[in-house]
Amino acid sequence: MTTLSAKDKEVVKAFWAKVSGKGEQIGTDAVARMLTVYPQTKTYFSHWKDQSPSSPSVRKHGITVMAGVGDAVTKIDDLKGGLLSLSELHAFTLRVDPANFKILSHNIMVVMAIMFPKDFTPEVHVAMDKFLAAVSLALAEKYR
Amino acid sequence: MVEWTDFERATIQDIFSKMDYEVVGPAALSRCLIVYPWTQRYFGNFGNLYNAAAIMGNPMVAKHGTTILNSLERGVKNMDNIKETYAELSKLHSEKLRVDPDNFKLLSDCLTIVVAAQLGKAFTGEVQAAFQKFMAVVVSSLGRQYY
Repeated sequence: MTTLSAKDKEVVKAFWAKVSGKGEQIGTDAVARMLTVYPQTKTYFSHWKDQSPSSPSVRKHGITVMAGVGDAVTKIDDLKGGLLSLSELHAFTLRVDPANFKILSHNIMVVMAIMFPKDFTPEVHVAMDKFLAAVSLALAEKYR
Repeated sequence: MVEWTDFERATIQDIFSKMDYEVVGPAALSRCLIVYPWTQRYFGNFGNLYNAAAIMGNPMVAKHGTTILNSLERGVKNMDNIKETYAELSKLHSEKLRVDPDNFKLLSDCLTIVVAAQLGKAFTGEVQAAFQKFMAVVVSSLGRQYY
């Protein structure tokens, strides 16, 4: 949709600095919620023995995803370039339908609201929403 | 007809019975107007929506947020009849207010975030699923009478 303004980037970086310490927890909860609230997303994880929210696979994947988000924050000035190899991974190997990026983004923000209710203000919310949308777009870059 | 499990019914009743509509309503609507600013198109006569602070302090936004929550309560009280409950409101939003039904989902997402912040850890994945299912049914009923 829209490019990130200087203010958006500032807000995202400041909020990320506050919450990145809990990155693993955020990621784990977000992935667990996604599998529970949007059961169709489980189709991408049929190779996991245990798809339940408390499974080690969910935790491991939550950590991976959040590390990716954290990496994207450092590359916020050039997400398309910075996330090129991740985009190739999602396009050619994982082939996740990009609609699911929106779903996971929503759940990441729900977890942020739960864990940081006072900090996840409407201003932070809009900047984060724009940022995650931009990350999703960069991830879909190599799809076709 | 929508099938509700006992857990879903109990969860929805519980969430709404504990909710302060005058806090959650304004918070959800103002968040929607801030996060998705194009939704402001429907509130031309609400006065100052110039920035986040103005929106959050706007009394018309607050009043309307509360109105929306009170209306949601009707769905909570008629979970087996949601489509009929919102038939008239759907006509109103379509014929008079001319709201693009995609906007209902945007407000619903903001409400989910506000409720999540309020309930904290109690807003588990299962509770979130029930809440989002309820909101999806309401949103669908609101879009039903469009033609």
